[in-house]
Amino acid sequence: MRFVVRKLVQLTVVLLLVTFISFLLMNLLPGDPVEVIVPFGSDEQRQALREDLNLDDPMITRYWDWLSGLVRGDFGKYYTTSSSRPVSKDLKEALPVSLQLMAYAQIMALAVAIPVGVATAYRAGSRFDKAANTSAFAMLAMPNFAIALLLSYYLGVKLDLLPVTGYRPFGEDQAEHFRRMAMPALSLAVGQIAIYMRLLRSDMIATLQEDFITMAKAKGMRPRRILWRHALRPSSLTLLTVAGLNVGTLIGGAVVIEVIFSLPGIGRLIYEAILSRQYVAVQSFIVVIGAAYVILNFLVDILYSILDPRIRHVRAIQ
Amino acid sequence: MSPRNRRSSERFAETVLDGPLLEVSDLKTHFRTDRGLVKAVNGVSLTLERGRTLGVVGESGSGKTVLSRSIMGLLPKHNVVRSGSVRFEGREIGAGDPRTMRPLWGTEMAMVFQDPMTSLNPVMRIGNQITESLRYHLEVAKDFANETAIALLRSVGIPEPERRMREYPHQLSGGMRQRVTIAIALACGPKLLFADEPTTALDVTVQAQILDLLQAQQRERFMAMILVTHDLGVVAGRADDIAVMYAGEVVEKAPTRTLFTEMRHPYTEALLKSIPKLGDPSHTRLEAIGGRPPDLVDPPPGCKFAPRCPYAQNRCAMEVPVLTESGSSGHAFACFYPVGVGAAPVAGA
Amino acid sequence: MSEPSNSEASTQSVDTQVLLDEVTTAELEVAPTRRIGVAGWLAAAWLIMVVLVAFLVPLLPLDNLNESVASLARQGPFTDGHVFGGDGNGRDLLSRVAWGTRASLEVSVGAVGAGMLIGGFFGLIAGYFRGRLETVLTGLLDVMLAFPQLVLALALVTFLRGDPNQEGGVRLSTVLVLVIALGIVSTPIIARITRASTLTWAQREFVLASRAQGARSFRILFREVLPNVLPAMFSIALLGVAVVIVAEGGLSLLGLGVELPTPSWGNIIALGRNDLRDAPHIVFIPSIAIFITVLALNYLGDVVRAKFDIRESGL
Ligand SMILES: Nc1ncnc2c1ncn2[C@@H]1O[C@H](COP(=O)(O)OP(=O)(O)O)[C@@H](O)[C@H]1O
Ligand code: SF4
Ligand SMILES: [Mg+2]
Repeated sequence: MRFVVRKLVQLTVVLLLVTFISFLLMNLLPGDPVEVIVPFGSDEQRQALREDLNLDDPMITRYWDWLSGLVRGDFGKYYTTSSSRPVSKDLKEALPVSLQLMAYAQIMALAVAIPVGVATAYRAGSRFDKAANTSAFAMLAMPNFAIALLLSYYLGVKLDLLPVTGYRPFGEDQAEHFRRMAMPALSLAVGQIAIYMRLLRSDMIATLQEDFITMAKAKGMRPRRILWRHALRPSSLTLLTVAGLNVGTLIGGAVVIEVIFSLPGIGRLIYEAILSRQYVAVQSFIVVIGAAYVILNFLVDILYSILDPRIRHVRAIQ
Repeated sequence: MSPRNRRSSERFAETVLDGPLLEVSDLKTHFRTDRGLVKAVNGVSLTLERGRTLGVVGESGSGKTVLSRSIMGLLPKHNVVRSGSVRFEGREIGAGDPRTMRPLWGTEMAMVFQDPMTSLNPVMRIGNQITESLRYHLEVAKDFANETAIALLRSVGIPEPERRMREYPHQLSGGMRQRVTIAIALACGPKLLFADEPTTALDVTVQAQILDLLQAQQRERFMAMILVTHDLGVVAGRADDIAVMYAGEVVEKAPTRTLFTEMRHPYTEALLKSIPKLGDPSHTRLEAIGGRPPDLVDPPPGCKFAPRCPYAQNRCAMEVPVLTESGSSGHAFACFYPVGVGAAPVAGA
Repeated sequence: MSEPSNSEASTQSVDTQVLLDEVTTAELEVAPTRRIGVAGWLAAAWLIMVVLVAFLVPLLPLDNLNESVASLARQGPFTDGHVFGGDGNGRDLLSRVAWGTRASLEVSVGAVGAGMLIGGFFGLIAGYFRGRLETVLTGLLDVMLAFPQLVLALALVTFLRGDPNQEGGVRLSTVLVLVIALGIVSTPIIARITRASTLTWAQREFVLASRAQGARSFRILFREVLPNVLPAMFSIALLGVAVVIVAEGGLSLLGLGVELPTPSWGNIIALGRNDLRDAPHIVFIPSIAIFITVLALNYLGDVVRAKFDIRESGL
């Protein structure tokens, strides 16, 4: 329990720093933010924006106001020359799309990488192992946008198998939903497959050298049971951590992939906000992503200690 | 009938109930390495009757572990050269092929490993590690397996076995863990138990308890046991016979009482001198005579013990002494100038 | 490209040896052997070529990169002697890709170079002086790592660059903006690896010996420690350049890459996306250039790591 409390304190500190860095972004803008955001706006509107952003307050007050706004679900506004509307509504609609995309990619990656990783560790040195390793090495070098474009050209344009752009909510039409998510998720998954597979393979090879594996063998357990019941879990800790950390890569990738496949996720929102100079909105999206990522890593850390009772124990007595 | 059961019934059908349980003859296990062929076990022959205990003694690196794993067929798959014969209940299992061995593992022969810290799966509950083989080999129901496991834990002296079932290995002390590995090994009632230095990694204070436990279980179950150790003191009161190993070979073999009263091989004598006194930290190296065991890739010609032997003479460096039976029945040793017989050459004479 | 295996026949005792029957113990490492090998030389040759193109592109006999020929628009490779064909506007793709090499390398090498200087320095002093300095520095780096990398880069580029049409303020060239942003992003990673490597070297006898002899800290740090830490930094730099090349591509697709009309591999792909249906070669040729370059960099990074026996303690 003390471990969790300590982690929670750490989480809070990092969250504060992450939000503060995001807050500072606005100061990087060359020139006055008001000029940048509403260059052609009326004086009234500029004044309204100035007040929205509390630009005349000292920095720390501004940060505090902004942060408490975030906590209350106020993510700022989109500004046009004549009007403004809140960001939160768009954000709420986009969030599930991005989460779905990343979840599918992660599931796809693990579903391929775990069996292949286990098999290559079991048959280390075999021709299958070498082929899998070489493919993984090549997969690591493929940028996800190149895979996305390659897939949309071959599967989308040439073979006309899958729609190249657009989104369909799961609730509306499940088959169509998956048809439209397949290529985006696969584009994101390819690189992860390679990483996870290589990781699991090397950890698994190390685990298979352990005495308790010999012991399981001496008990007469079959290889399949030894691999999946005895060796996989102790070998999957690094995999889990990296899968957690890799969500960062996944988020970055998702932004690009959403733009390529026109999926209405957060990445697409960021893209549109950048195009239309909605810096307040961009800042909110960045802080949401940063905070979500920090919280996720915290959860991975907790999960990690559940998976390995040794760590739970060591940490508990610390 | 499930395939597994069929296999075991076939096994029983061809089981020969007379004759020794285990016969090993001229077993050799060599490893191919970058340095050359490591002759870890080099022509070992043994016989073990049902329900008896054989002590295998030798300093660290003499090939005891490789010998027990060769017999059991638990060797790496690659870069191993094996020859010789192993007969278990009259059946040849010398090839060590996992497909023929797997039905024997756990049910017919089992092993207790040296280090209970590493031989239990750290992320599996104790209970599951015991019931696993019960359920797999005997195909019993879950509840029954649990009850059996609790009874097993109780019989190996673990207090509060119901609670321990749900715990993980790191929550137990070293001695308790070794009791658990013993319970696991005993679960399916093996006829032959290998105990490979079962107490070396443990506190001196619990060593005797574990050894007594093994001995009690062995008697109770009429189970044969191969007790491997570097410490002659460990096998002294517990083994029926003792085989002393040096550099992959058996250099002296005798019923326990005979070995201690009519010790002939200088190496056995050296081992005896190095029995740790009570309270000493346990040594795995031979302190009494110094020197290291020979290189197993390129061993010295003649008697392999010659470079360290206080009785060595010219002949020892040139001729290889052969394990020869002599004197009282079942006593054999490989030495030209045995201890306690004066200077008269015996073996090979 | 195949990865040569590295089988270390071990002479450990059976106790630590894998004994699972069908499980092979051949310890085939993912990292290549110490030998560079054919693949390694191929990788090096490709990278040398890329660097030469980036330097010498003004001297190469290429078509004007901005000249549009209507009949060349969207035409595939080998149309009228244009080896890579034309782009969407009828410009020679070969010369655009060749010039794109320059911008892509400027961004990637520049950013990683900056990251090496700053991150390397912080990593060295954190790993050598330890103490509170280390705690503060690693804490700071960890916070920077708390952002997903591409998102941080995206944020930095967006805000550093501002509105291209905006008057006033200090305007930086997009290449410089990318170098700064991606340099900042790569700093904590490089610092981490450098610190980990410094930690191990700072405890070696020869370093402790010079310390005992009263040599000045910075002298030891730069004379004794740094040369040994460099291989680790070099291998991470190779991987870093690869990551940044890809990042520039990703940012280009978001309209945040090198600004047109200057071509980069990334913005050629971004622009070519509009013609994917009719002229996929515009997207695929620079994509292949990125792929091979990244492959070569990753491979050589592995070779360096294997050669200097660098463990990934920094990860
Ligand atoms: N897989 C292997 N490959 C090469 N040599 C090995 C292997 N396993 C054991 N050996 C060698 O065989 C010798 C005997 O080892 P071991 O049986 O473990 O000795 P003991 O158990 O008597 O201490 C040692 O020299 C050891 O290095
Ligand atoms: S044969 Fe010679 S060297 Fe060997 S043990 Fe006997 S006396 Fe010693
Ligand atoms: Mg041993």
